[in-house]
Amino acid sequence: MKFGVIIFPGSNCDHDALYALTHNLGQRATEIWHESEELGDADAVFVPGGFSYGDYLRCGAIARFSPVIRSLRRFADSGGLVIGVCNGFQILCEAGLLDGALIRNQDLRFVCRTVELVPGTLDSAFTSACQPDRPLRIPVAHGEGCFFADEATLDRIEAEDRVAFRYSGNNPNGSSRNIAGVLSEGRNVLGMMPHPERACDTAVGSTDGIAVFRSMIAAAGNGLRHAD
Amino acid sequence: MQTEVDERTAAEHGLTSEEYQRITDRIGRVPTLTELGILSVMWSEHCSYKSSRLHLKKLPTRGDRILVGPGENAGIVDIGGGWAAAFKIESHNHPSYIEPFQGAATGVGGILRDIFTMGARPVAVLDALRFGPPDDPENGPANRRIIRGVVEGIAHYGNCIGVPTIGGECSFDPCFSANPLVNVFALGVFRQDSIFLGSAKGLGNPVIYVGAKTGRDGIQGASMASAEFDEDSEAKRPNVQVGDPFLEKLLLEACLEAMRTGAILGIQDMGAAGLTCSTAEMGGRGGVGIEIELDRVPQRESGMTPYEIMLSESQERMLLVAERGREGEVLAVFRKWGLDAVEIGTVTADRLLRVKHGGSVVAELDAGFLSDDAPLYDRPHSEPRRTAPLDGPALNEPSAADLLAGIEALLASPELNSKRWIWEQYDHQVRTNTTSGPGADAAVIRIKEANVSLAMSLDGNSRYCSLDPRLGTQLIVAECCRNLATVGATPIAATNNLNFGNPEKPEIMAQLVESIEGMAEACRHFGTPITGGNVSLYNETLGEGIDPAPVLGIVGMLDHMAAPIGSCFTQAGDLVVLLGGLLPDCRGDELPQRFGSSQYAKTLLAQTWGLPPSLDLEHEASVHEATRNIVRQDLVHSAHDVGSGGLAVALAECCFGPEPIGVTIEFDTDHPLLSAMFHECPSRVLLSLPRANIGEVVAITASLHVPLVELGHTGGSTLAFRLNSTTRVEAPVAQLRKIWESSFEASLEAQ
Repeated sequence: MKFGVIIFPGSNCDHDALYALTHNLGQRATEIWHESEELGDADAVFVPGGFSYGDYLRCGAIARFSPVIRSLRRFADSGGLVIGVCNGFQILCEAGLLDGALIRNQDLRFVCRTVELVPGTLDSAFTSACQPDRPLRIPVAHGEGCFFADEATLDRIEAEDRVAFRYSGNNPNGSSRNIAGVLSEGRNVLGMMPHPERACDTAVGSTDGIAVFRSMIAAAGNGLRHAD
Repeated sequence: MQTEVDERTAAEHGLTSEEYQRITDRIGRVPTLTELGILSVMWSEHCSYKSSRLHLKKLPTRGDRILVGPGENAGIVDIGGGWAAAFKIESHNHPSYIEPFQGAATGVGGILRDIFTMGARPVAVLDALRFGPPDDPENGPANRRIIRGVVEGIAHYGNCIGVPTIGGECSFDPCFSANPLVNVFALGVFRQDSIFLGSAKGLGNPVIYVGAKTGRDGIQGASMASAEFDEDSEAKRPNVQVGDPFLEKLLLEACLEAMRTGAILGIQDMGAAGLTCSTAEMGGRGGVGIEIELDRVPQRESGMTPYEIMLSESQERMLLVAERGREGEVLAVFRKWGLDAVEIGTVTADRLLRVKHGGSVVAELDAGFLSDDAPLYDRPHSEPRRTAPLDGPALNEPSAADLLAGIEALLASPELNSKRWIWEQYDHQVRTNTTSGPGADAAVIRIKEANVSLAMSLDGNSRYCSLDPRLGTQLIVAECCRNLATVGATPIAATNNLNFGNPEKPEIMAQLVESIEGMAEACRHFGTPITGGNVSLYNETLGEGIDPAPVLGIVGMLDHMAAPIGSCFTQAGDLVVLLGGLLPDCRGDELPQRFGSSQYAKTLLAQTWGLPPSLDLEHEASVHEATRNIVRQDLVHSAHDVGSGGLAVALAECCFGPEPIGVTIEFDTDHPLLSAMFHECPSRVLLSLPRANIGEVVAITASLHVPLVELGHTGGSTLAFRLNSTTRVEAPVAQLRKIWESSFEASLEAQ
């Protein structure tokens, strides 16, 4: 399977994603520059963490206007698999590919720690390889990771079974209903604050992130890929 | 209007009348104001090391692994397989007091530029911080504001640029209330055949300015950092630079990419003294002249004078020399990253730094005169300043309640409590190399390219150094190397940050000299040459100097990429042993004096006296060797250095793993109980191991003549001490852990 990893000037988890996808998962992965109008022959797209264009206005607020996001929107609309992690999640929300918004952490401090996640659903291209009763240990590292949406939207996300992950026990940022990751209405776009690409290697503490990518690889193998 | 320059103007620039005389003698005329500005920053303590240079020469700087030693932007060591690591520590003390957030943030930015200017990609940051106590009755609110600002500033810059902050240390004393210290260490990795130096070469080659536009921020910052603070220091706020980590990220990526074109011949970041220092140093190192045209320098505001442009310390700027004819390749890379890159001058043969503005020459000075001929002082030094008495109070034998109160108070003290509140604000995992992160004895990252790991430890101890700067500094070097040994690493090289008060006071100068000499001896002994570093003097406010605060950063190597063992117990039923002996340094008659330097004395008795623990360098090295061998053979589950707070605190810390595990300790001693539990003699490491491995461990320690004491075993839910057949303390681990975990944040929230 071939992943495309988008690189904004301020991306800083791009190398980690490329390393995890190629070394830890044995997949192919290619870099996609933010000015690119094309996504090439990627089967799935990874929008990595970082600070896209500095994020001085609001995280992801500028990135949503970038050329690469225009092509990403077309890719997603045609059913392509897109995973946005951390800043990638923020960008996907700003771009309207996902519901909700990410605001300052409740305690107003950046937080980097390993948290426990439980899958909210196994019925998705990102969680099918997870086990319902086994929490995943995956790190978070963000200052603006508090997932926020109005009550009606939250109700709808839950009613449509679109909560991909919830924080189990310790909620590190005050996210509504402990939501750590959400799916798009088409279920082919995932945004999550925790970093699965940082949890693919025993040397750095956890391999629980692998389940997310294994799910994607399985979905792609089953023919869920974009049309063109 | 051209300001007249005279001795008074020179004095306003921090130059003495002798120094001014030296200038006029050498150039044979009165300098222009721009020239005076240039000379004043180049000859400031910060840039010229004029008080310390003579003594820094005493430090060992050579070794098998040293590829580049002191004098460049950072030191470089060989890490095998054709790979190298560049590392250095630098202070941003004065700016962090005036404006904590920006001061600390730009401290991170500055040291990162020092690393990537050599061609290395920064992969790790550590920091050593000194603050006034957060719970200080008088200065608490101000101290808390500085602590919050500094931590947030470091986090902001490091997190944004994507370099993990993987460790460090933090210490508190009232002497740092008005003189906080922010020392930032950074390390980068690159190929040995891609090292770039800050040296100009090739007559006629273009000198290119890259990065942020020049503004009026930070003018005379280097001079500010070379003077004491007084009531007017608030007015120096405009001297503090403002950082933009996003711009630095662009600069980092663009520089590394531009270097790969092969068209860059020399490159240097614009740090202290900005354009002045970078042009003078690049010309000086290359033995050539540099001529620049200030009208071409990208400027943030209009109407800047040549003086302001030359002395601005605007951040995120670089100066480079490219090969004539290939500058287009370099400029194209910077354009791709959206950065300003402008040819502002050329390399010349006349060895002069010539600065033009509006068609006329505004400064023309010999590049060598600026750097190599800077004043060098052999400042008088007497006995090191010492305020504490030699003898302390008589100590009564403590009750069980006293001992428990002692452990609890130490675990709650800002000095020893958990700093999770600080390090959780730092992204310590980005780049997915961190195999041992903050909170551990040593930080470790794997180097995927080279198939090795690098371990790093920063240490300092002003308590010890205020009582004996020479021995205190040796103890710091020993602790650093011991920390590395606990993860199985061999120390290879060091960097230092010398934070002291006003060197014009003989008793302060003496502290500096003693400290450097002690450091030299210890670094020679442990085979850790100093590859560079930073000297920060004049850490005084209103005449009150800081305690001597040398900080060492030592880098060690591991020949694998697996995660090392940690410092905490991992399972019940393990044997707990102490390597090095119970109180190895102590002659009974010396103990009362040496106990005066302990954290127990400072926290529980609110006083300090006597001397630091004594140190036997030979014995210390044997303990390191034994620890390394034991750890490398996978014979133990955990290894933890016994440091501040002594054996009792070290054992408690061992219980605070992800899964808390208790321990029962039992031994007999002739020493006073307080000393047995809280004295801080060095050369000791706590190990936990499966009982089956003890034979092999003993074989290793015996062969190195290192004493090993069986202390007890892990298990249960309490920390229990039975000394001389009597239970002295038995406290629930959960209760101790709660105190240790929550105290720091609680002290920050005090009203």
